[in-house]
Amino acid sequence: MNQRMNKIGIIIETENGSVKETNFGMITLANRGNAQLYALMGENAASAGASLAEYGITTVVDLGLPEEATVRLNPDVRAKAVVAAVNELGLDGVFGLSSAEGKDLIPRVAAYLDAPLVMDCLDVDPENKTGRTSQYSGKVVADIQLTGDIAVFGIRPNAVKAEAAQAEATMVSLAAGADTSSALSLVSWDESSADDSQVSLAEADIIVAGGRGMKNGDNFSLLFDCADKMKAAVGASRVAVDEGWVPYAHQVGQTGEKVSPSVYIACGISGSIQHFAGMKTAKMIIAVNTDENAAMVANSDYYVLGDLFEILPEIIKQI
Amino acid sequence: MQIYVCVKHVPDSAANIHILGKDQIDENVAFLLNPYDEHAVSEAASLKKANAGSEIIAVTVGKADADKTLRSAMAMGADRGLLVETDAACDSMTTARALVAAIKRDGTPDIILTGKESIDAEGMQTLFRVGAMMDMPVVTNAAGLTVDGANATVVCELSGGNTRTFETNLPCVIGAGRGLNTPAYPTFPDVVKARKKPVETISLDSLGIDAPKGSAKIVGLAPLVQNRTPKEITGTPAEQAAQIVNILKNEAKVIS
Ligand SMILES: Cc1cc2nc3c(=O)[nH]c(=O)nc-3n(C[C@H](O)[C@H](O)[C@H](O)COP(=O)(O)OP(=O)(O)OC[C@H]3O[C@@H](n4cnc5c(N)ncnc54)[C@H](O)[C@@H]3O)c2cc1C
Repeated sequence: MNQRMNKIGIIIETENGSVKETNFGMITLANRGNAQLYALMGENAASAGASLAEYGITTVVDLGLPEEATVRLNPDVRAKAVVAAVNELGLDGVFGLSSAEGKDLIPRVAAYLDAPLVMDCLDVDPENKTGRTSQYSGKVVADIQLTGDIAVFGIRPNAVKAEAAQAEATMVSLAAGADTSSALSLVSWDESSADDSQVSLAEADIIVAGGRGMKNGDNFSLLFDCADKMKAAVGASRVAVDEGWVPYAHQVGQTGEKVSPSVYIACGISGSIQHFAGMKTAKMIIAVNTDENAAMVANSDYYVLGDLFEILPEIIKQI
Repeated sequence: MQIYVCVKHVPDSAANIHILGKDQIDENVAFLLNPYDEHAVSEAASLKKANAGSEIIAVTVGKADADKTLRSAMAMGADRGLLVETDAACDSMTTARALVAAIKRDGTPDIILTGKESIDAEGMQTLFRVGAMMDMPVVTNAAGLTVDGANATVVCELSGGNTRTFETNLPCVIGAGRGLNTPAYPTFPDVVKARKKPVETISLDSLGIDAPKGSAKIVGLAPLVQNRTPKEITGTPAEQAAQIVNILKNEAKVIS
């Protein structure tokens, strides 16, 4: 008999001192079963309690990571701290975001626990320990059931809508001085600055993306202006990246970022299998394309047959 | 150096995937070396060039047909191959155990390279399990690797163009990302030479690995169908833009 999860630890990501929005949908997902929910916090445990309780967290756990940034931000150290919390609190489930951070953290946790893991879940059934994820370049959805004492799930940001479920949360602080040794040393990293207005692609609610139809790198400023106005992130096809119009970090697709925004606006992107692999699960797709036969148009919710250079400036003007 | 490269035989990303029953795909499609593993093999070839006398061993777990992927890896520079043969669909916990057992049986790695993920299962985890079992540090999505004696410096790509730099000691496990290098595709003579390179086939059963204490099992597969009914937005560009703004505001409710 496959035991359901009773105590789920949810690895919470924070940014500039507050809980990132995308965590709340993940908590909602974990809350679908009858498990107790523990928020596992690397930082900001004290201040985050109230917002987490609104979605059903009953215990906020301070992982007790050291202050020193090179240690605290080291994914290997963080993974060990999560593992220590799992053991100390007797957790039998671990959830975390399949974000850029999460992809370097969750599999470490699963490997140290020697527990099964499904990454990038679009959905999870906590009672049956089954995660739904995409495979084969987004062509297939697979339901993967985990067995064993502990189950680990990585959740695609924005895959599930957050629903409030007010709870009372208590604080637990794990002993500092847990094993923070690591054979890996973090020597440097890019600081995401507080005034960084660019929204992260994986977590964005709206993405405006451009492909070969953008014609050159300068024209991408149209997309950045548009994104600025709607607090969106800018995505790109591989062609746009390979041409050097935007950095690889903007690439959406099988060999780029996999995203599930509420709205994906595809400008001058034909809609190849590999591009769809990264954005098929967007809730709404709006295609702007001159070609009525483009796959992006055929698989959109709304489409405009027209020149993106005429439409985009109008959108920017009207928002 | 003894350089091990873990590779996987996967369906071509352009292949049409047909589902058989409820948990299998029709494997009658083109298979190839997992694209991220190509970056790992290329990196191994550069390391070998810089460290004379090194040997590159490509390791895979799969069906007999995975020999083809080992040949591709050998055409790109691997010296020999190890095929852990099984007809069973292995989850990551079992695959990692098989890879570790095969590597330990074969030699003493100075470095283990692999792709950051496979494009079929998209699991992103096997390399971490190999690292944990071998007690080696793991760095994934590597966009830069410098090996200097027993020290490695690895630059990893995060999202938004951000990077992180790690230092570690060899032996370690590196997950290649797309930014690591540009794979040099093999020439015809390379392909011919690869046919003559040795591949040792080991049955999974003969490795006698312990049963993992957990598992991940596919219980359902379905095509990801997009149930979208495209609706055209017509009018002048200004009118079309107005409708888009209206949809964003009132239907999707993503702007105010
Ligand atoms: C192994 C592998 C991995 C890959 N991974 C990815 C990936 O991760 N992401 C990815 O995107 N691709 C990936 N690709 C590439 C993919 O196959 C396509 O080549 C690519 O997505 C096409 O990009 P595009 O849509 O920008 O260009 P095109 O296919 O050339 O489409 C351009 C579109 O712009 C339209 N257009 C032109 N001018 C205008 C205008 N003025 N106004 C409006 N519309 C206009 C055209 O009608 C056309 O539909 C991969 C390929 C392989 C083999």
